[in-house]
Amino acid sequence: MPEPDDAPARARHHEPVLPEGPVRATANVCHAAGCLSLGSDLVFDRLCERVEASGTDDVGVRRVGCLGLCAQGPLVKVPEHDRLYAKVPAEPDELDQLVEQFRSGTGGLVVSEDPFFARQVKVVLRHCGSVDPEEVEDYVAKGGYAALRRAVTEMTPEEVVAEVTESGLRGRGGAGYPTGLKWATVAKSGEGGHKYVVCNADEGDPGAFMDRSVLESCPQQVLEGMAIAAYAVGANEGYVYVRAEYPLTVRRLNSAIRQAERAGLLGTAIADTSFSFHLEVRIGAGAFVCGEETALLASIEGRRGTPRPRPPYPAAAGLFGEPTLINNVETFASISAIIERGGRWYAAIGANKSRGTKVFALAGAVERTGLIEVPMGLSLRQIVFEIGGGVPGGHRCKAVQTGGPSGGCIPEELLDMPVDYESLVSAGSIMGSGGMIVMDETTCMVDVARYFMDFCREESCSRCVPCRAGTVQMHRLLDRICSGLATRADLERLERLAAMVQRASLCGLGQGAPSTVFSTLRYFKDEYLAHIDHRTCPAGVCEMAPFEMAGSGR
Amino acid sequence: MTSATADAVGARGTPGVPAGPAHPSEDRRWRQVDVRIRRLGARPDGLIEVLHTLQQLFGYLDDDALAYVSEALGVPPSQVMGVATFYSFFVLKPQGAHTCVVCTGTACYLNGAKAILRALREALGVEVGGTTADASLSLLGARCLGACSQAPAVVLDGEVHGKVLAEEITALVASHA
Amino acid sequence: MSVVTLVIDGHDVAGQSGQSILSVAREHGIAIPTLCHLDGLSEVGACRLCMVEVRGARRPLAACVTEVQEHMEVTTTTDELTDYRRQIIELLFTERNHVCAVCIANRHCELQDLAKALGMTHFDLPALNPSAGVDASHERFGIDHNRCVLCTRCVRVCAEIEGAHTWDVRGRASEARVITDLGTPWGESPTCTSCGKCVQVCPTGALFEKGRAVAEGKERRPYVPFLVARNRRS
Ligand SMILES: Cc1cc2nc3c(=O)[nH]c(=O)nc-3n(C[C@H](O)[C@H](O)[C@H](O)COP(=O)(O)O)c2cc1C
Ligand code: SF4
Ligand code: SF4
Ligand code: FES
Ligand code: FES
Repeated sequence: MPEPDDAPARARHHEPVLPEGPVRATANVCHAAGCLSLGSDLVFDRLCERVEASGTDDVGVRRVGCLGLCAQGPLVKVPEHDRLYAKVPAEPDELDQLVEQFRSGTGGLVVSEDPFFARQVKVVLRHCGSVDPEEVEDYVAKGGYAALRRAVTEMTPEEVVAEVTESGLRGRGGAGYPTGLKWATVAKSGEGGHKYVVCNADEGDPGAFMDRSVLESCPQQVLEGMAIAAYAVGANEGYVYVRAEYPLTVRRLNSAIRQAERAGLLGTAIADTSFSFHLEVRIGAGAFVCGEETALLASIEGRRGTPRPRPPYPAAAGLFGEPTLINNVETFASISAIIERGGRWYAAIGANKSRGTKVFALAGAVERTGLIEVPMGLSLRQIVFEIGGGVPGGHRCKAVQTGGPSGGCIPEELLDMPVDYESLVSAGSIMGSGGMIVMDETTCMVDVARYFMDFCREESCSRCVPCRAGTVQMHRLLDRICSGLATRADLERLERLAAMVQRASLCGLGQGAPSTVFSTLRYFKDEYLAHIDHRTCPAGVCEMAPFEMAGSGR
Repeated sequence: MTSATADAVGARGTPGVPAGPAHPSEDRRWRQVDVRIRRLGARPDGLIEVLHTLQQLFGYLDDDALAYVSEALGVPPSQVMGVATFYSFFVLKPQGAHTCVVCTGTACYLNGAKAILRALREALGVEVGGTTADASLSLLGARCLGACSQAPAVVLDGEVHGKVLAEEITALVASHA
Repeated sequence: MSVVTLVIDGHDVAGQSGQSILSVAREHGIAIPTLCHLDGLSEVGACRLCMVEVRGARRPLAACVTEVQEHMEVTTTTDELTDYRRQIIELLFTERNHVCAVCIANRHCELQDLAKALGMTHFDLPALNPSAGVDASHERFGIDHNRCVLCTRCVRVCAEIEGAHTWDVRGRASEARVITDLGTPWGESPTCTSCGKCVQVCPTGALFEKGRAVAEGKERRPYVPFLVARNRRS
């Protein structure tokens, strides 16, 4: 981007108000995308003005990252009184009253008593909503970069890998590959040559905003994780690949990198050791498939983002042909806590073969949409009903979609299932990157299958035939079903085609494209049949094509 | 490609740095492009970054621009075009003065994005990806803007509008178009 | 390079490490259908016709891009694989417009040969019939996009052997097309050397030489391997 790299990430109207003496209340104003879109920057400016105008010297005002309850922004948190204020207005009069509430610890909701927060365990998000995303000093003051210092000064690379292995952490980008194992592989490949560490911040799943929130709330934590990884695998260069749809993320990242370099925490001679790690941001350009690791690498190399057959895996031959470690944003964001508190501590959280915590973006037909972090193994029902507050408008929960276009829909009757990698797969979905969409009875499952097929069809890189042409034909078949023009033979053909595309496609996009079809057929076949046999859409979503056309669609 | 005047080349000349290809026009923005190219080491892997810069400066990528990058980075023209058309963020035609991006991600789709798109298409008389006849507004779709908690979301000239209703947004957009 | 022994369709065979399953199979007279593969060009693993079952693998693997390994057990034909291959051919036939009777490549077309070899008689998926366009601006050659299967052989032969890189793929999904330069009409291409290699390697009637009647068809010469050998010598 042509704008100067060290420009402030946002035109600031006001400096934070940070009183010198003892403070009775600090208004932490959320400055992540959700609240910003609801005008939290204006709230921040006005709050600063009001506090200054009032002459009080015991109230602070600062900017922080995502506070979680995104749908009810603009949010302000007052940590001194453990209170959160939702839908904060920008009206000066109302703000004056609010400042009084901040000081006295009244109004708002009590964070530790609120079910939305009480069930959560914050590891990845532990600094989210308490540090200023645009000031490296603030992150350092809260203990940031201690893990990196410790790693490079007190630990050998092997010890770092061992700690991560012991934690049981698995990749948070979707597939759940053991992170320690991946690091060990990269550490062993390529004798002393060039290596790269790449952060996958492409976050292409529609309906997912975890990585964005993490990067916009605490970019330093991700950079720290990358630097630790680089030290562990023996890399000195790295890239963060961010999607172009997230301009604020890009700006915060660029500014975070420059600031960390100036503070001697990135770049040359990190923490006064001989270890150096140089980072650059690369911006995607609107192609979902670039989240796939080999496509992502092709894109960083300036080429069309088409996946290539593996092996060789990036760990052996990745960016510019060199061994490359690729991990997801959340994977990297988990690292500093693991180094600080130990792999064993991390492994004690979670269930079965899924250790630690997972961040989810809760959205759709749920009362309290937002960003949450829960220990692995919590049930879907607890997430949707206890944390999310259930389905609004007196509607009934019908299904929960996880895993984006390669995932599936889990029906209400299975919601007691624990959220872990294996359970989700056995239910016909995947963990995916963390998008979780709640659906109520006004959602037609065939329409959902068609929606995701449309997505895959448009996002196919076009390289291999099963995906490029197969998704087009599957979409046509689903479209016929939704319009009441299909026969049972069409349904059989859909299943046959889906099986081929799943098994024969080159990369995960094509292989995953039929999965919503399979999962909706598994749990909601009656809806398919209602469209076919009775030309009705039980959810009342699909419009049936005029009857004369039936059968002549070919 | 049009040939640049000797002046234009001379003006760009920085001692020690090999001059790039001749600028397609005398527009000063080409110098900014050159700065970006030089910072990236004029290597083929900088292609996407340079295309971003070009689109930011000129609003879209035309054949002159693509030919220029091809020469400056040593990437074959067909490959430059292949890359520029692979990524949906790049546009090869001038866009409207205003842009309206409707999110069609899962949360927004289930929350009425379809109705919003339909209303906008009808009100503006353009398809998604199109620009109104008077070039005042481009209607675009997006796959999740990461504002799912405000679904359905529409971004009008860079500003996110959450929980929008079809009638509301059509009126608002119409006031821009 | 070391010798690797493996089993393909029940036969004990030997190959070199680093060699693909496809290449070892063919050396031993075991046929595996292919479309995007061409001896002498880089592999893209795109058509997926060469999929084989490898014992222990979770899904079928493309033989053209999978290296042989000691003790590998490969099966090249199963009912499932045949069904997948037929579906792939059907997808290709319905994706664009392949009316063989009026095609210059009739009876010299690899797509047609594959369909025949797989015993295909009819398709039940609907034809999508996009009008993909024809470029006849080159004085000697032409391209009919309606018959293109996007195997990218033309792209690779032009970039890897001729060194001109006139061709590439533009767009993605169903909008993908092979293009010359910036989408410039082929006849005006400043990079094309008119060597005709792309026409030679095209498996269908998409790329053709002008002035040949339908009945004459396309001449096929397996000359790419020789070009590779020549390039290596020089
Ligand atoms: C079609 C497709 C899209 C993907 N999108 C993403 C993505 O947006 N973010 C991500 O981290 N991983 C994504 N992945 C997974 C990556 O390929 C890769 O497994 C991951 O980045 C590895 O990091 P991890 O081990 O930390 O999970 C995607 C995979 C496929 C096949
Ligand atoms: S499966 Fe789809 S996205 Fe993946 S290589 Fe094949 S065409 Fe491309
Ligand atoms: S023109 Fe021929 S060689 Fe080129 S991609 Fe199409 S089918 Fe393959
Ligand atoms: S689905 Fe629309 S912003 Fe995420
Ligand atoms: S020949 Fe192997 S995928 Fe085409």
